Amino acid sequence: MIQVIHVNKTFGENQVLKDVSATFEKGKVNLIIGQSGQGKSVLAKCIVGLHEVDSGEVLYSGRDFTKMDRLQRKEIRQEIGMLFQGSALFDSMTVEQNIMFPLTMFTKMSKKEMLDRVNFCLERVNLAGRNKLYPAECSGGMQKRIAIARAISMNPKYLFCDEPNSGLDPQTSILIDNLIREITYEYGITTIVITHDMNSVIEIGDSVVFINKGQNWWQGDRKSIITTDNKEINDFVFASDFMKEIKEKMKEQ
Amino acid sequence: MAIIQNIGKYFMMMYIVFSKPEKWRIFRKRFFEEMELIGVKSIPIVALMSAFMGAVISLQTASNMDNPLLPSYTIGYITRSSTILEFSPTIISLILAGKVGSNIASEVGTMRVTEQIDALEIMGVNSLSYLVLPKVTSAMVFFPILIIFSIGLSLMGGWLSLLLSGLSSTETYVYGIRFFYRDSDIVYALTKTVVFAFLITSIASYKGYYTKGGSLDVGRSSTEAVVSSSIAILIANFFLTQMFLL
Repeated sequence: MIQVIHVNKTFGENQVLKDVSATFEKGKVNLIIGQSGQGKSVLAKCIVGLHEVDSGEVLYSGRDFTKMDRLQRKEIRQEIGMLFQGSALFDSMTVEQNIMFPLTMFTKMSKKEMLDRVNFCLERVNLAGRNKLYPAECSGGMQKRIAIARAISMNPKYLFCDEPNSGLDPQTSILIDNLIREITYEYGITTIVITHDMNSVIEIGDSVVFINKGQNWWQGDRKSIITTDNKEINDFVFASDFMKEIKEKMKEQ
Repeated sequence: MAIIQNIGKYFMMMYIVFSKPEKWRIFRKRFFEEMELIGVKSIPIVALMSAFMGAVISLQTASNMDNPLLPSYTIGYITRSSTILEFSPTIISLILAGKVGSNIASEVGTMRVTEQIDALEIMGVNSLSYLVLPKVTSAMVFFPILIIFSIGLSLMGGWLSLLLSGLSSTETYVYGIRFFYRDSDIVYALTKTVVFAFLITSIASYKGYYTKGGSLDVGRSSTEAVVSSSIAILIANFFLTQMFLL
């Protein structure tokens, strides 16, 4: 479980996060949603330590990340897997080397054990046999799946996904969403997904945090998002007429 | 003010770069990879530059030898002195600042804007030590080898040009090269090279690592890396010359 308690973050004069508190449960897909520029990516970067918080606490299973030194953070980070918006695969390495990278850095596994783990992860994301390809030779959807395979190679306790569906077609988006959900349930991971994709909200959002104006504006699950009367969240999630129609039909059901 | 901030940030970065590598085995592997990329792949340009520059220095010296009081071995002597003291360590380092510096800045800069450096950090890897330390150390080891190679080729280029033009004999040229030779000149040249190697790779890495934005900014960082490291080389050259030769 990850808890964010009274977190504030300012860049220059601009206070991006204002007293944000939220809880992200273990074994659930926790979504952070919100309009662009409202602070959701900053919140995620504060949670993983890419930005230092001005005040507040970030607790990983009760351990306060903000008060840790470099070595303690390193230990926590080895429990984190992250899927970046642009996949962030290492260009100069093959698919196999990319997935093997954290294993070579932080484990004492033999070459064979590492290779077995790589093959297992690739099979898990339905990319068995693609070991020798370079990231540039893979499609966007494949790159995301390779990034997921790399993220799970170390058996993470926490998985972060930064807009996993951006730039993907609807079918591939569903595939990635399902994969994230399956992995979360299968390994009991605390998963945090930052997304704009409303389909993801409806499909995989076990818990949803809506960030607006740098604050935790609303928190609930995918069912309560349909019934809520919160104006801002309704404006955001059901912005189009099509989504409004869906909401009405779902309410009727 | 921005310059002072940048210098401070640069020194803080170097402090992290020289922290203990995560795994020595991986550092060793990366060290040799970088040696090939930075050093071995620079051999052709260094060879070409050195041979032709040596030839030109010799021909220019020979063509200006009007004074009968000057002995003919002066051609070899001047070619050797200018090659060892200035041409090979400084001019070749400036060429390498262009080739290697821009390469490093664009590589690291691209890794920054495509979040590859963030990915390393999230995994718990000290990205500065992992990325920059092998580049800096391999350049500091291999650049002196390149410069010795450059000195040799430059002297050979000078000899060949004199031989083909008939302006001096081999014996006289070789006598000139050996005339009043001091080991300290080689020490001076190699010390300069090590310092320049450090400046080129560390400044380029710094520019690349702190790139913000997109592909346009990567290009800008690459240009800044070449300009900054060239200026740093010229300034360091001045102070090292003062220290060693005066």
